[in-house]
Amino acid sequence: MGTRLINFKLNGRPVSIEVKDNELLINVLRDRLGVLSPKYGCGIGECGACTVLLDGEPVLSCLTLAVEVDGREITTVEGLAKDGKLHPVQEAFIEEGAIQCGYCTPGFILVAKRLLEEVKNPSEERIREYVRGNLCRCTGYVNIIKAIKRAAEKISCGKA
Amino acid sequence: MLKSPGPRLDPNKANTHILPEFEYLAPRTVEETVELLSKYGEEAKVLAGGTDLLVRMKQGVLRPKYLISINRIKELNYIKDRGDHVAIGAATKLRALEKSDLIKELFPALHEAVRSMGGVQIRNMGTIGGNLCNASPAADTAPPLLVFEAEVVIAGPNGRRVVPITQFFTGPGKTVMARNELLVEVRVPKPVKPTGSAFIKIARVAMDLAKISIAVALRMNGNVVEDVKVALGSVAPTPMRAYRTEEFLKGKELTEDVMWEAANIVRTEVKPITDIRSTAEYRREVSGVILVDALKKAMERLGR
Repeated sequence: MGTRLINFKLNGRPVSIEVKDNELLINVLRDRLGVLSPKYGCGIGECGACTVLLDGEPVLSCLTLAVEVDGREITTVEGLAKDGKLHPVQEAFIEEGAIQCGYCTPGFILVAKRLLEEVKNPSEERIREYVRGNLCRCTGYVNIIKAIKRAAEKISCGKA
Repeated sequence: MLKSPGPRLDPNKANTHILPEFEYLAPRTVEETVELLSKYGEEAKVLAGGTDLLVRMKQGVLRPKYLISINRIKELNYIKDRGDHVAIGAATKLRALEKSDLIKELFPALHEAVRSMGGVQIRNMGTIGGNLCNASPAADTAPPLLVFEAEVVIAGPNGRRVVPITQFFTGPGKTVMARNELLVEVRVPKPVKPTGSAFIKIARVAMDLAKISIAVALRMNGNVVEDVKVALGSVAPTPMRAYRTEEFLKGKELTEDVMWEAANIVRTEVKPITDIRSTAEYRREVSGVILVDALKKAMERLGR
């Protein structure tokens, strides 16, 4: 089995790393690059805990081969704060207490960020529909939905 | 060969953190892909979105020596208006179909089916070709493509061939494609007259595969059915058309009585099994109910 050198952008910074053909993106991020926000959950595409943004779109890093992100751009929660200020979605999650054990939080935040780029003021139904690929085993959904609504308000009021 | 539904996770084999070893190949053209498939045959698997293939590799169900990624082939990723039909590249992401106004306007049933699939992450990864080539009886894009009488274009060592989608599936996990062939395009004919279409799926939870699904495409002439196509998923070894139900409905007024009579016919046409998601009895019973629901939805869309 071969290895190959891949180059990609991780949270805005260029990364160059030798990976094995069968290495999963999540393992490269967590074990070799020290990016710990994507979490290993179900491993089979049902829980969304391993979500990262690939060229801005949410994908599952536990079902993505590292070789396939060559030349592309990965964003994780570590890359959301700008100049020491948290992203409005991050702020809203803290303010609404939308975090219990925290395992699902990075995935929810990335998906919520993408949702609010697509839809300015999503209805509750739209929010629920959009985050259905993310599971919270603490069942803290009520506050998560509240936080996403709050983040939408923050962004539209320009408080961001 | 794969059995359907997929085998349960075997804890002795499963390691969902690390994939078994394989060699990764990333051809740039369809021709190159077909050459690689011809060279490696049974030992190779085509990687598109990976949402199904990599799961089965983690579970130890599949252990290909070579993974041939088609994600770098630009000529497989498009949605094009070709006048009388819409052409969709096999590696087009489900999310692109979901966002396409062309698909939404012309093929509402296909649009609904795609929107019902997985979460946003899965739709950003999964492709229409992958959904079809896995040939699951529960493949969500299959019933809509069956009622729109789509065709698929398959590339092989001797060029390309066009196969009606109605002949594409041959069994659970099986298609008419040979080991050295690659699905390259799906062609969906545009309806020539106003057509109402709808897709309905029943699943345990939003993210799950279908217990049962149905698509209908309906054309009316005044008060009577001029033409209707009905297709179901998860009720037979392959996604299936319900031809007898269609024949019964043609030329009839779509009254409540007629629709429920059709429901009884579709119940005799399906061949469901009991598996981890549902029972044969439930599927048979509900096939009639969702037929009526889908016909009503299609009529509504025709403005009736």
